[in-house]
Amino acid sequence: MVTLTIDGQKIQVPEGTTILEAAKAVNIRIPHLCYLKGINEIAACRVCCVEVEGERAMVTACNSPVMEGMVVHTNSPRARTTRRTNVELILSQHDCKCATCVRSGNCQLQTIANDLGILELPYETQLPRGLRGAWTTTFPLYHDYNKCIKCMRCVQVCDKIQSLSIWDLAGTGSRTTIDVSNNRVIKDSDCALCGQCITHCPVGGLRERDDTGRAFAALADPDKITVVQVAPAVRTAWGEAFGLKREEATMERMAGTLRRLGFDYIFDTNFSADLTIMEEGNEFIHRLKSGGLTRWPMFTSCCPSWVRFLKGQYPELTNQLSTAKSPQQMFGSVAKSWLAKKLGVEPEKIFCVSIMPCVAKKAECDLPTMRTEHGPDVDMVLTTREFVRMIRADKLDPACIPEEPLDDPMGTHTGAGVIFGATGGVMEAALRTAAYVLTGENPDPEAFAEVRTGPGLREATYEVAGIPVRCAVVSGLGNARKLVEQLKAGKVHYDFVEVMACPGGCVGGGGQPIDIEDRELYGVRGGRLYDLDKANTMRFSHENPQVQALYKEFLGAPLSEKAEELLHTNHKGWNMPNQE
Amino acid sequence: MSRLSIETPGRAQTVLGGLHRDMERRISASSPGLCPVDMSLNYLRLCHAQTCGKCVPCRVGLSQLEVLIERVLDRTATLETIDLIESTAQVIADSADCAIGYEAAHMVLKGVRGFREDYEEHVLHGRCICGLSHPVPCVSVCPAHVDVPGYVALVREGRYDDAVKLIRKDNPFPSACAYVCEHPCEAHCRRRMVDDAVNICGLKRFAVDHAQTVKAPPCAESTGKTVAVIGGGPGGLTAAYYLSLMGHEVTVYEQRPKLGGMLRYGIPDYRLPQDILDRDIEYILSVGIKVHTGVSIGKDLAMEDIQKSYDAVYIAIGAHNDKKLGLEGEDSANVISAVALLRGIGEGNVPDFTGKKVCVVGGGNVSMDATRTAKRLGAESVTCVYRRRVEDMTALPEEIEEAMAEGCQILPLQAPARIEADEEGKVAALWTRPQVIGPYGKDGRPKPNNADAREFRIPCDYVIVAIGQAIVAQPFEAIGVTTNRGAIQADLTSSVPGVGNVFAGGDAVSGPATVIRAVAGGKVAAANIDAYLGFDHKISCDVEVPPAHFTNTPPCGRVNLKSNCTPDCKGNFSLVVDGMSLEEAQQESSRCLRCDHFGYGSFKGGRNTEW
Repeated sequence: MVTLTIDGQKIQVPEGTTILEAAKAVNIRIPHLCYLKGINEIAACRVCCVEVEGERAMVTACNSPVMEGMVVHTNSPRARTTRRTNVELILSQHDCKCATCVRSGNCQLQTIANDLGILELPYETQLPRGLRGAWTTTFPLYHDYNKCIKCMRCVQVCDKIQSLSIWDLAGTGSRTTIDVSNNRVIKDSDCALCGQCITHCPVGGLRERDDTGRAFAALADPDKITVVQVAPAVRTAWGEAFGLKREEATMERMAGTLRRLGFDYIFDTNFSADLTIMEEGNEFIHRLKSGGLTRWPMFTSCCPSWVRFLKGQYPELTNQLSTAKSPQQMFGSVAKSWLAKKLGVEPEKIFCVSIMPCVAKKAECDLPTMRTEHGPDVDMVLTTREFVRMIRADKLDPACIPEEPLDDPMGTHTGAGVIFGATGGVMEAALRTAAYVLTGENPDPEAFAEVRTGPGLREATYEVAGIPVRCAVVSGLGNARKLVEQLKAGKVHYDFVEVMACPGGCVGGGGQPIDIEDRELYGVRGGRLYDLDKANTMRFSHENPQVQALYKEFLGAPLSEKAEELLHTNHKGWNMPNQE
Repeated sequence: MSRLSIETPGRAQTVLGGLHRDMERRISASSPGLCPVDMSLNYLRLCHAQTCGKCVPCRVGLSQLEVLIERVLDRTATLETIDLIESTAQVIADSADCAIGYEAAHMVLKGVRGFREDYEEHVLHGRCICGLSHPVPCVSVCPAHVDVPGYVALVREGRYDDAVKLIRKDNPFPSACAYVCEHPCEAHCRRRMVDDAVNICGLKRFAVDHAQTVKAPPCAESTGKTVAVIGGGPGGLTAAYYLSLMGHEVTVYEQRPKLGGMLRYGIPDYRLPQDILDRDIEYILSVGIKVHTGVSIGKDLAMEDIQKSYDAVYIAIGAHNDKKLGLEGEDSANVISAVALLRGIGEGNVPDFTGKKVCVVGGGNVSMDATRTAKRLGAESVTCVYRRRVEDMTALPEEIEEAMAEGCQILPLQAPARIEADEEGKVAALWTRPQVIGPYGKDGRPKPNNADAREFRIPCDYVIVAIGQAIVAQPFEAIGVTTNRGAIQADLTSSVPGVGNVFAGGDAVSGPATVIRAVAGGKVAAANIDAYLGFDHKISCDVEVPPAHFTNTPPCGRVNLKSNCTPDCKGNFSLVVDGMSLEEAQQESSRCLRCDHFGYGSFKGGRNTEW
């Protein structure tokens, strides 16, 4: 233990603790911008500078370890001046038009500047000139050079957590900026579109392509029947922006809210998650029994960011992906076929919107393999954040909106569908149904709970009807890369592998609300999904009555010709930009 | 009223003089990987601030060039802008009245012609094409990428064993390098921005002088693969060491009786004592390397056989043959090559120059070694003859100073013309042709030309030729290894094109260079041979580097090592340079700015923990 004094308080902390963390332990908050614990401890913004007695210069609290007997002043006149000036300097190269920024009210720079009471800037505004400030308007990921404060968090998250190194420094001296690495443009890169750079950006330097305008236009179009699906993870997080407790921010309250926004039919992606299990579970049993999984496992395919990652990094393993479409795309296919038929309308009239915790879904719905002659199966994707912005735009107060039932037939779901939003959920749901298919009996729904928790690799082998099934679950693309490398080296063998690109699964998705305190919320959000699963009377996808009706009325059986046509895809039907 | 007064600089001028010196040091401390266009623009601005403002091309033209280059960097320019920059700069270069203007324009022209593709990349894509890696300067400039800030921090903590262990992760010759490394690491040391480079080499010497014997790390599990290394010098032994750690079975073939190569047979004992070198070699051999000394490839063993019997071969034969002057009288008795002289001494054949006059021809480090060795062998006088100026000599400045302090004479601007022999055919004198230094050549160095003066006779008994070395490549050409201008052809991965399992590196490939470059070559070869054999072994070190101190020390003089040079050095081959005291080492190590932690270091590239 090390003893030190911070602002007159004598404290003891373990050796190696940073000044910033030591101060936090006694409720002394040292302002900071670039710091992201364990990921970005590079002291770039210099906002966390404190005065340490006996040191010539200011010391950064975020990456300087405490020393025995040190005396720290976080609010000395010199510390105040340093902090204020450095924030003013950052503001001088930041586009401070907060009124037109998606992060206004949720921006760490805005908060610090307001807290410091900065009312005017002594410096000239310097923003990139010429084409240096230009970015594509069509790619689902948007980088704003004028708002970027070069904190390097995106670089570090993409390097250290996602192992893709899409971002890097570009330019030198005063023109140093963040750009796509290796002089590429984003459209030509192997970006997986996980969106983790967005959720770790302290300001509005990164965001999703904003599609709310298109959504409002569709809602206003009398010729369109707007059908919306909501992904499981969205219900765990949308209420954060409105101060709603997680238990209050229910799917049913979202249904009420969506109706008030003007959607005609409100459905649940959980329905198609159950459907995915029917297809993917049966596909797995088929592949397992036919000996197709002796060298390589079957990979889940519901995470489009993982699919982009695998195709971009290990294209030779593309065939190991389950051919089942993701729940979002299965929903779109069914909406424009079965539902259209049931409603007695032309599929073209249906405008299919999905609300997703995800940025990659925006790219997935645009794939050439995800459309028919009637147009795209899913017309547009909104992230949870865009959904929140739409609610705000209409001045709706979800706390005052009653819970309302979802529509039939695609609003019905089981607990197995809802856990798709957390890492391990797809695996668990699939195993529940696979066990039923193989044995004719439902297993204990908690039998496969081992694959839950944490983003790191989890392995389990289950005996299903006497067949040992070697399973692995991983989330975060860096973890996924490690797993694939182990598989390639022949050091591990699995039959079934679930991968989610975002740490913690979709609950930690790149389209989810951003926590201004930099807390990683996938744990609590995921916990909410498991509570919902437990509270559901139906916990097996094959028991979903509307899924059963869909097979009976329309598809026949899982993996039938019709099911193959509508619910499966050819992952080789398109290329990642770096494959071309 | 006085007609004249003594001018003294005003306060501003004095301060500015200091700033000029700060800037000189700062520019010399530039890291690799800066944007050349941005640097050009800012040099141009500096030049423009020097203008007096009288003439149009300089006053207005430089200003307009600044605007145009700024546009390139802002990506508001077109490709035509680059042409305009070039044509404008050409006019300024042609029509400016004085050097302030035309030299500034020449700098712009050099840039726009020398790295036009960088200009184009900025115009087309708004990017730099340079690496922009901002590495730790000392680590990136060291050919072997030794973790300099790491071991300097360990020396500061008094952890000398750990410091040596950390160096050995990248360089198994810490002791030899502590004594004779040319320390390119110091050239770009960021501390130069404050005062002067850290004496990195001196601190390394303090570490190796104070470390206890450290056990080598265990080798990886045996791979069953065999590698032959031809040449037991620093490059060959480096490859052998790392390949052994990687689990391969390594056999070293050395043609001389002992290992060490040029370190033993080229560098005199007063710079690198044999027992210091032996410490490194014993450590390297402790990982279980088979050694065959006294075996010459091509004579005792055919290269074909070696290539067939081993899974991979590394050729690191060095450059041990001398180059000839090609002058009349060169075949006279007592004309000897420096390499042969130094090698002979290494083998125990110490000639006696007592009372003799010796001339040494050449201006590199080998010539300095020969000069100082001749003095120690008892020569009455030693004259080092060089055709350029002293400042053009490629030998380290301290070597030249020490030679002079030992009473050797440096005779610059004299080109050897012929060697005069006496009736017995022995050297009687070296005739030289006086030179005058002239215009700059293509290599960026001023060229000497024959002066309008008579030939000069230097009476002497010995002429020692130290004008470069060559390799013996014939035994390797037999298996398809090709040579060009006396160097084995190998690519940057040290693989020999077209000869599957054969790799080559060190002086034999690069021409005569330095120990640390040989070590770097051995390291590269080890990694690529490992990969060639189908493995991906990593070399790492478990030493924890101490955290950086919060803030750095104020400007402080650099501790230089003291040398005990005396003209009275006959027969004395003991070490010339003294190491630092503890007090000095602690102060010197505290001068390190810890670029591994501060600046870009904490973001990217601070520390490579394995390779």
